[in-house]
Amino acid sequence: MSDHAAEQVPVLECRNLCISYYTRAGEIPAVVDFNLKLMPGEAHGIVGESGCGKSTVALAIMQYMGKNGAIVGGEILFEGRDMRQMSEEELRQIRGSRIAMVYQEPMASLNPSMTIGDQLVEVPIYHDGLSEQEALARAEEMLAKVRLPDPKRILASYPHQISGGQQQRVVIAMALLSNPRLLLLDEPTTALDVTVEAGIVDLINEIAEEFGTSMIYISHNLGLILETCDRLTVMYSGEAVEVGDIHDVFEEMRHPYTRGLFGSIPLPGADKNAHPLVAIPGQLPLPHERPEGCNFGPRCTFFRDGLCNVGRLPMHAVPGDDDHKVRCERFQEIDWDRDLPKGEAKPPVEAGGTVLSVEDMTKHYLIEDGGLFVRGGERVVKANEKLSFTAREAETVAIVGESGCGKSTFAKVLMGLEDATDGKVMLGNVELGDLPVERRNAETISKLQMVFQNPFDTLNPSHSVGSQIARVIRKFGVASKDEEVEEIVFRLLDTVKLPRDFARRKPRQLSGGQKQRVGIARAFAGNPKVVIADEPVSALDVSVQAAVTELLMDIQRQNRTTMLFISHDLSVVRYLADRVVVMYLGRIMEQGTTEDIFAPPYHPYTEALLAAVPIADTRIEKRHIVLKGEIPSPTNPPKGCPFSTRCPYMMPGTCDVELPPLRSFGGGHRILCHLDPAELTAMEPVIKPKTEAAERL
Amino acid sequence: MLKLILRRLVQMVLIMAVSSLLLFAIFDTPEFKKRLAVQELGGFAVSALTEESYKSWLAARGLDVPFYQRYANWVGNILSGDLGFSYEKNRPVGPLLADRLANTGILAFFVFALMIPLSLILGILAGMKEGSLQDRSISFISVLTTSIPEIASAILLTVIFALGLGWLPVKSAMIGGFSFRELILPVLTLVIYDFGYVARMTRASMAEVMTSQYIRTAILKGLPYRRVVMRHALRNALIAPFTLIVLQLNWLLSGVVVVEVFFEYDGFGKLLLEAALFPDVEVVQACTLVAVAVAVLSQIISDIGYTFLNPRIRFA
Ligand SMILES: Nc1ncnc2c1ncn2[C@@H]1O[C@H](COP(=O)(O)OP(=O)(O)OP(=O)(O)O)[C@@H](O)[C@H]1O
Ligand code: SF4
Ligand code: SF4
Ligand SMILES: [Mg+2]
Repeated sequence: MSDHAAEQVPVLECRNLCISYYTRAGEIPAVVDFNLKLMPGEAHGIVGESGCGKSTVALAIMQYMGKNGAIVGGEILFEGRDMRQMSEEELRQIRGSRIAMVYQEPMASLNPSMTIGDQLVEVPIYHDGLSEQEALARAEEMLAKVRLPDPKRILASYPHQISGGQQQRVVIAMALLSNPRLLLLDEPTTALDVTVEAGIVDLINEIAEEFGTSMIYISHNLGLILETCDRLTVMYSGEAVEVGDIHDVFEEMRHPYTRGLFGSIPLPGADKNAHPLVAIPGQLPLPHERPEGCNFGPRCTFFRDGLCNVGRLPMHAVPGDDDHKVRCERFQEIDWDRDLPKGEAKPPVEAGGTVLSVEDMTKHYLIEDGGLFVRGGERVVKANEKLSFTAREAETVAIVGESGCGKSTFAKVLMGLEDATDGKVMLGNVELGDLPVERRNAETISKLQMVFQNPFDTLNPSHSVGSQIARVIRKFGVASKDEEVEEIVFRLLDTVKLPRDFARRKPRQLSGGQKQRVGIARAFAGNPKVVIADEPVSALDVSVQAAVTELLMDIQRQNRTTMLFISHDLSVVRYLADRVVVMYLGRIMEQGTTEDIFAPPYHPYTEALLAAVPIADTRIEKRHIVLKGEIPSPTNPPKGCPFSTRCPYMMPGTCDVELPPLRSFGGGHRILCHLDPAELTAMEPVIKPKTEAAERL
Repeated sequence: MLKLILRRLVQMVLIMAVSSLLLFAIFDTPEFKKRLAVQELGGFAVSALTEESYKSWLAARGLDVPFYQRYANWVGNILSGDLGFSYEKNRPVGPLLADRLANTGILAFFVFALMIPLSLILGILAGMKEGSLQDRSISFISVLTTSIPEIASAILLTVIFALGLGWLPVKSAMIGGFSFRELILPVLTLVIYDFGYVARMTRASMAEVMTSQYIRTAILKGLPYRRVVMRHALRNALIAPFTLIVLQLNWLLSGVVVVEVFFEYDGFGKLLLEAALFPDVEVVQACTLVAVAVAVLSQIISDIGYTFLNPRIRFA
């Protein structure tokens, strides 16, 4: 095999590729000096944060640069031929047949007014000259290959009639129809839920094996890259900073940015008290504000004046490794163990008395339906069904679940934006369930604050940051004298680690991470008892997520605030939560302490959820569980157990008929399932360290 | 959808009731009645008229009956299909209205027949390649023609084609029966005024579609450019202009008075204008009802069309 490889022509080779966009502000170099060599059958990952140029590379390979983009230097060789020299017609024949692409947003990538069948048959008709009938047959076959149930029905459907996961399978089928040599996948699962994502990743791996297709897999998620790729390029601010075999890079990364990235994502073993995350300081530079020399320089602990900030830095080969390169001048001198900043261990916080208690809280929505000419009736959406749990002082309770599970509805009821249909929500001794926000007094409102998912639209763009925080302080009667208020505003800015003169800035002058800090400062301005954080970092760049998460927890620790942390990301939850509530289709499936949730006995849904989360750690082994199908619509939930349509343990006649009983395992660990407690307890752990035997191999 | 249509129809009846009531009230003022008498009997006759004979004229015309009673009567007549009598034209309103509506229909048909293909094609050509020379020239022409008032282009066309070259008749009264040649100038005037507006809307819609992700998918699937435009872009791009075009019906019904009067074309707009000036109360009333009906119906058509063109709504 290896002497064979020497003669093989790479499927794709990028040499010194430079790509720019032209805007009113002038030329913006989006990608600089990008090199990549992709051998037949190889899968190459590109990771990086938003704006680092991943999609630009993919679209450049497709020679589709839009109106204002251009390849300004370098070559792109596809099977040895420079694509930049090809005519429009030659490109057209390659696109969709030899090179195919899968996109981030499947819904937007499919034509809303054509049936899926019509969109699929075009590929074989235009590329292989098939007749309509033959093309249709091939399309149907391909839909079955990407494991879509009932291909005939799908062919006749419009894109909006199938779910997001199914849409992405259709896009993948479309890409495979002409058996391409190269498949470009641009964040193919980012828009999907984790359990659906796991199915797609499985499919992609199978395709690579069955068809021998070479792949370029773009993602911001290191765990996904580990599960799919052989080699990897880490990009930072328009440049590749580290390239190499996936094991070399994951086990012995040599670039300070790559190190920082791994240090700031919660891997199993990280722990908010004993091993806190280490955030990368600062933020991504804008493309036209890149520093001289190393782009990572201003954020790098190992920065050396006169060495790192001169000229353009070249890539250096790492001695001993196979084609492992890094763009760092000092990679051989760095003593990671000695110099890498480590998180400081902190003592665990004792939880206090119960602050918030939710009892059988239920929220139903009435929706009207009806088709084109038929009068429809009303249907009930059971967004929340009999939720019961408590949260104590200084405790972090995570609410985990995928789309439609009712997390946001629950937050809305707590905040008083919606009335509970039934049940009780007690904050101290105030009942909140049917107390809309207009009828709550300032004290109650100040006790319960929220940090929103999207920092971009929660701040008023026309007021300065300081005045927005000051308003909250006055409104909740924390202080009223101007000097006092100003003092508190400054102190809050200090707490969220923003310079004091940011008080005068307008939100648009802040980066995403800085805005979210302001959001946190505002939430804590009224000394709240409970803070609800609805996916507070998921809209932020990976390298700033850790900083914001740590900050949130520090403030919470100091003020002994109760935090309800809403998230779909189990790695973060494992890292920071004390207790976890797992929801599915409006119901709590399992709740308990974090240790309880992450060890058997598991609820079958929790088990699948754990197995689905990609983990960026080569020392970890995961059990392989891929759920079939999709999350049912909350307007039409299954009878009996909500999870029964997808559960691998489903017992026909019981699970699909009767609501399961709530089984208690002590210490507040409760599981809603028909399975025998003994059976639940006997489950194998999903995540464990790789065994010695496997390591020796 | 059915619900929506029903709601619109109820809306229509309500608007009809309110507007007719308002018109009735206005025409019921003594000033208006006087004016009517002047028109009908001639100025001298009125000044010579004694209070008594004025009263008897009112009685003869049925205008002395209290307001609410006359309104109720009128509504009853309308419901039984009798639209009243035009004192100005000395004809029952029904057939008169039918004639004029037919004329307006003919005019609207030819305007649409010319304007729709012209503006859609231009709009698509412009929106297909945003910012290109072809886009910029089409956009320029569209803005230019829309900003010239109808009366200006009417005069210009008449001067050139009728008075100058003598190819076409100056007026379009159609005294000798329907004549296609007499129709040409009014149709041209309206098309010149209107096509730019629709073309610009079509351009905007097309340009937006061309930057969408599904068009990118279609291009990167390796389809020929023609196919991308014809099969993938067109249908989505035409949804917005379709709605707009249907709503143009209202404008053609009553908004083109200037052109009708200028060319002496006996359309609906001209009828409405003459009746209002006279004042020919029952004609005005009937015309208002028709205008409201057309407005609401075109709204319904555009709603339904929108739904049919848009599978996301059709198969919700
Ligand atoms: N105002 C509303 N009217 C009708 N249905 C609603 C309304 N708000 C939410 N729902 C439905 O309730 C269910 C739960 O919604 P919710 O927004 O809480 O889900 P979620 O877990 O936050 O999902 P995601 O993670 O995708 O945001 C969904 O099916 C949603 O469609
Ligand atoms: S070149 Fe210098 S600044 Fe850049 S990553 Fe290496 S040590 Fe840090
Ligand atoms: S009740 Fe049945 S279907 Fe539901 S989780 Fe338990 S075993 Fe699965
Ligand atoms: Mg949500």
